[in-house]
Amino acid sequence: MAITEDAPPGAEAGPAGEPGGPGSRRLSSPLVLTLILLLAVLAQSPIRGLLGTPLMQSWMTVFVAVTVQALPFLVLGVLLSAAIAVFVPPAFFARALPRRPALAVPVAGIAGAVLPGCECASVPVAGALVRRGVTPAAALAFLLSAPAINPIVLTATAVAFPGRPEMVLARFLASLLVACAMGWLWQRLGRTDWLRPPAHGAHEGATKGEAFWNSVRHDTVHAGGFLVLGAMAAATLKAATPADWLRTAAGNPVFSVLALAVLAVLLSICSEADAFVAASLTQFSLTAKLVFLVVGPMIDLKLFAMQAGTFGRTFALRFAPATFALAITGAVVTGTVLL
Amino acid sequence: MNRQSQSAVMFLLGAALLHAGSTDLYLRYVKEGLRPLLLASGVVLIAAALATVWYERRRARAAATEAHAHPEPRISWLLLLPLLALILVAPPALGSYSALRSGTALQKPYVYGALPAADPAPLSVIDYASRAAYGHGRSLHGRTVRVTGFLALDHSGAPYLVRMALNCCAADAQPVKIALTGELPPVLRPDAWLEVTGTYTPRMTHDPVNNGPIPYLKVTAARPVPVPHDPYDESWNN
Repeated sequence: MAITEDAPPGAEAGPAGEPGGPGSRRLSSPLVLTLILLLAVLAQSPIRGLLGTPLMQSWMTVFVAVTVQALPFLVLGVLLSAAIAVFVPPAFFARALPRRPALAVPVAGIAGAVLPGCECASVPVAGALVRRGVTPAAALAFLLSAPAINPIVLTATAVAFPGRPEMVLARFLASLLVACAMGWLWQRLGRTDWLRPPAHGAHEGATKGEAFWNSVRHDTVHAGGFLVLGAMAAATLKAATPADWLRTAAGNPVFSVLALAVLAVLLSICSEADAFVAASLTQFSLTAKLVFLVVGPMIDLKLFAMQAGTFGRTFALRFAPATFALAITGAVVTGTVLL
Repeated sequence: MNRQSQSAVMFLLGAALLHAGSTDLYLRYVKEGLRPLLLASGVVLIAAALATVWYERRRARAAATEAHAHPEPRISWLLLLPLLALILVAPPALGSYSALRSGTALQKPYVYGALPAADPAPLSVIDYASRAAYGHGRSLHGRTVRVTGFLALDHSGAPYLVRMALNCCAADAQPVKIALTGELPPVLRPDAWLEVTGTYTPRMTHDPVNNGPIPYLKVTAARPVPVPHDPYDESWNN
């Protein structure tokens, strides 16, 4: 997997880079944890010296920033998903969503508008929906639409593009269109065995309270680990991407669309902030900026890592390229019509 | 990682978030508006850690031989990295290295407000740069201004006064630059924070990275200042 190959700079960030080697089977994890923490505290000054270069410092700042920014939204999503998994009976979703999956997809897509926050929150919630018996096609439409069409993100888009309300409309329509298209595509071609079966025991408990906290714990440490992986990849690419290739790409309409789509994946910016970054890419056409705004919340490095963690790698390896291609197509079509 | 270790990691992570959110540390990484969410998520993480310990103890007391063997994800060890980075290293806010790698993010403003009445007039880097670059300095003529930012020196040694503008977190921070001319201190150190007093000059240059406009400021006095409470300019948020 490409993502793990981007990780090496993280190994320098502390002695904790190697997650429990094969020989550690006999060591209990509390012991390993204590040893790691103790070593890190003792080796503080050599570690700091190693990280003193400007490159490593800016890498770490971006890494910590992406993680710290995403953690509150992850926690929000984890709480919501635990509440769905424990307190909402499966019958509720059977009643709330149309019986026919083809109709359930757009309904779930529009329902994405009510989850305020950025993309880190939507992954665990979509996972809980699938476990709760919602048809995967509808849950995936929700997963893709929620980070892009909620009121906070649309307001931020309006602020970033003053005097251009059509940009907000285009973002809303293109994101909804792509989310529904992906839902329908999954319904036609998707196979349930690509989805990893939910981890056994992680969401159970003797009482509702135990089940709730069990689910919160499991999702936090699990999705959180993948979030850290994604943040490391994003920080590496932010530190390594040369800025001048953007200027060369801006001249050609096809290249500019592809360049901003790839940039959206690499930068992994929170969907509440991406509109401001798009607005600052002044050399690019509005359609290219729309591509940036539609692709970013649906698929980026951080999201890919989290999707692979929640739904399994088999799923993510198929889902991510399809989303990427459809998001570009949907945004270009909408941009040609509206902008 | 078993459940005890998971709860320890969640507890430490929650405590680190509370620590960062209750001091100015978080402002190095994210916007000010995220503070309530940071504190709330810190509390939730600690609560989840305590709940896990409590249920584990109860379960251990009730039945010692529960199926306790199912493997827990290894990936969660990675959560130690941001924890150690935040507690032990606490990397500084983005500085001159990042500022020189990306182009100036200056954009044409919609209105120019009146200059502050004080003399010299306190202006942000963005405010001075947009008045000088797009308003042709019309609103600046005959006035002395005071601007605060950090120093960046390009490869030829030319000094710039920079402020990073931020929308959400440091990953989206973008620099706005002013080139300095006039009476500068004899020794210039990159990343040092300066309060610069000076006047408008029509001279302009262009950022080699994205060809964006960089106006000049004719410095009459400069003095070192401590890093401000919020190292980023968040005025683009509102």
